[in-house]
Amino acid sequence: MTTSAKLREIVPSDAFDPRRIRRDFPIFENNPGIVFLDTAASAQKPASVIDGIAEFYRRDYANVHRGVYRLSARSTELYEEAREKVRSFLNAEDSSEIVFVRGATEAINLVANTWGSAFLKAGDEVVLTELEHHSNIVPWQMLRERNGIKLVVVPIEATGGLDMVALERLIGPRTKLVAVTHLANATGALLPVEKIVKLAHEEGAKVLIDGCQAAPRMALDVRALDADFYAFSGHKTYGPSGIGVLYGKRALLDAMPPWQGGGDMILTVNFDETTYQETPHKFEAGTPDISGAIGLGMAIDYIEAIGRNRIQDHEEKLTGYGVDVISAMEGVRLIPAGQRRLGVLSFDVENVHPHDLATILDQHQVAVRAGHHCAQPLMDKLDLAATARASFGIYNDESDVDALAAAIKAAQEMFAR
Amino acid sequence: MMDLRELYQDIILDHGQRPRNKHAMEAPSHFANGHNPLCGDKITIYLKMEGDRIVDVSFEGRGCAISTASASLMTEILKGKTEAEAQQLFHAFQAKVTGGEAPAPDEALEEDFERLDPLSGVKAYPVRVKCATLPWRALEAALKSGAIGATVKTE
Repeated sequence: MTTSAKLREIVPSDAFDPRRIRRDFPIFENNPGIVFLDTAASAQKPASVIDGIAEFYRRDYANVHRGVYRLSARSTELYEEAREKVRSFLNAEDSSEIVFVRGATEAINLVANTWGSAFLKAGDEVVLTELEHHSNIVPWQMLRERNGIKLVVVPIEATGGLDMVALERLIGPRTKLVAVTHLANATGALLPVEKIVKLAHEEGAKVLIDGCQAAPRMALDVRALDADFYAFSGHKTYGPSGIGVLYGKRALLDAMPPWQGGGDMILTVNFDETTYQETPHKFEAGTPDISGAIGLGMAIDYIEAIGRNRIQDHEEKLTGYGVDVISAMEGVRLIPAGQRRLGVLSFDVENVHPHDLATILDQHQVAVRAGHHCAQPLMDKLDLAATARASFGIYNDESDVDALAAAIKAAQEMFAR
Repeated sequence: MMDLRELYQDIILDHGQRPRNKHAMEAPSHFANGHNPLCGDKITIYLKMEGDRIVDVSFEGRGCAISTASASLMTEILKGKTEAEAQQLFHAFQAKVTGGEAPAPDEALEEDFERLDPLSGVKAYPVRVKCATLPWRALEAALKSGAIGATVKTE
C-alpha cells in the first residue's frame, strides 16, 4: 500500500489547515459549497480510504485465515495489520485485545450477550447515565429481561454535565458494570471517564466506555484509562461503515464465552464437542468485514499522519468558536454540555422546530442533524422532542460556523411574523 | 432548487404558529396518538362523533410547522363531515402530498380539499411528507379504534 507515502505529501507538518484537509475528501469536490456539520452521525472519508479499499480489492483480496496460497496469506496479513493499527490507536497492550465487529452497537451487544450473560445475575447492577445513546441503553434492557439485572441511571446536572455526586452515590457493592459514554453524542459533553473508572474499580465494578464520538476527536489510551471495555465505530472515525471495534482486557475476553458460532471462531468441530479459537478470533465468527477492517486501518493512518493532539486542538478551538457564535444569537438556546464540550453543539431556535430548521438550513447547503439523536431519555429530561445538532470534523473551519449562523438567521427571518 | 416559500407558504406559517383547534377534548368518542420516531413529533387527535358524523375535532401535541399546520387545517375542514367523507379526504390528501393516485373527492368536498393545497409543497421534500400525513394517519387510527385509542407510527 502506498497510502502513507501519499499522506506525507498532502498533510502539512506545520499548521493545521482544514482547507487543505478538505481537498483530501472527494465528497467536497462532488458537492461544491456544502457545509457539512454532521460528522457526529458519520464522518466523510478521505481519498486514501476510498481508493485504498478499491486497491485492496484489485490487488490483494482473498478470504482471511484460510488459504495456504499466497494471496490469502497477504489478505490475512493486511487484516491483522489493521488490528495492530487499532491496537496502537487505542494504546492497548496486545492486538489480541482488539475484536472487529460491525460497529459500536455490536460491540456493546457482544459484551451484554457474553460477559453480561455469563457473569451477571438477578439483582446485579449496571450503571448507565442519562447521556447515553440508545445503543448503550437497549442492550442492557434486553439483558435485564433475560437475567433480571437492575439498571441504575446517573442523572445530569442542570448545566448538562454528569452529576458526579450522584454517580459516586449510585456506584456501590452491587454495581458490576458502569457503561458510560466518553463524549455524549447529543450534546457534546465530555465526561471525566478517568474518574468514573477509578470510582467503579474501587467498588470492584468493570467499566465499558462508548468511545464513538471521542475516537475521532482525541488521543486515546485505554491502558492509562484502565478501561475494561472500549467501543467505537469505524464510520465515525473517517473509516468505512460496517466495521467497528471492541477493545477488552485480555483476561476479560479470555473468560467470556463466544457469542456467534460459525467458521473462523473454532479450533475443531465434531458433533459431540467443538473447541474454540483464542481471543479475539473466537468473537469473529464467519468471514469478517475484511476490507472494512483494512479501510479502518487506513483511516487510522490518515488520522495519525495529521496527529491526534492537533485534531483535538482543532476541535476544541472550533467548538469554542461555535459556542461563542451560537450563544450570542438572539432566540437561540445552546443545550448545555457541562464543563467540557467537544465537537458537538446542540441547540434550539425559538419558534422554529428543529425539523423545519434543518430543512431551511439544507436549502442553504448546511447539513445538520435534527431529531432526538438516538438519545430519547435525554430529550425527555431536557423536555425537548428534538434539537438541531451541528458537529465538527477535521475538514470544518470557522467559515462553516459562520455559514450555520447565517442560515439560522434566515430561518428566524422566515418564521418571524 | 425549489423556493422554500413554496413549502413554507403564509398559510402554513400561520397555521403552524397559531394552530386552530389545538386543545385536549373531554370525553372524546374517538382518539389516537400519532408518533414520528424520526423526529420525535407526537400528536393526539380527538373526535366527537354523533352517529357517523364528526361534530367536533381537536388535536394536541408538539411538532414542526408542517405537521402542526396540517393538523390545524385538517381539524378545520373535518367538522361536520361524515366518516366516509373524512376517509375520502384522507386518501386524496395522501395522494396529493406523495404524488400518488387516488380518486378525487366528491364535488361537495372540493372546496375543503383545495384548502389543503398549500401543503402540497412537501412533495419536493420526501423526508417531510410524513410530517404532513402524521395527523391524517392519527385520524384514520382514531376512526378505527374509537374510545379505546391507538398509536400509529410513521416508520
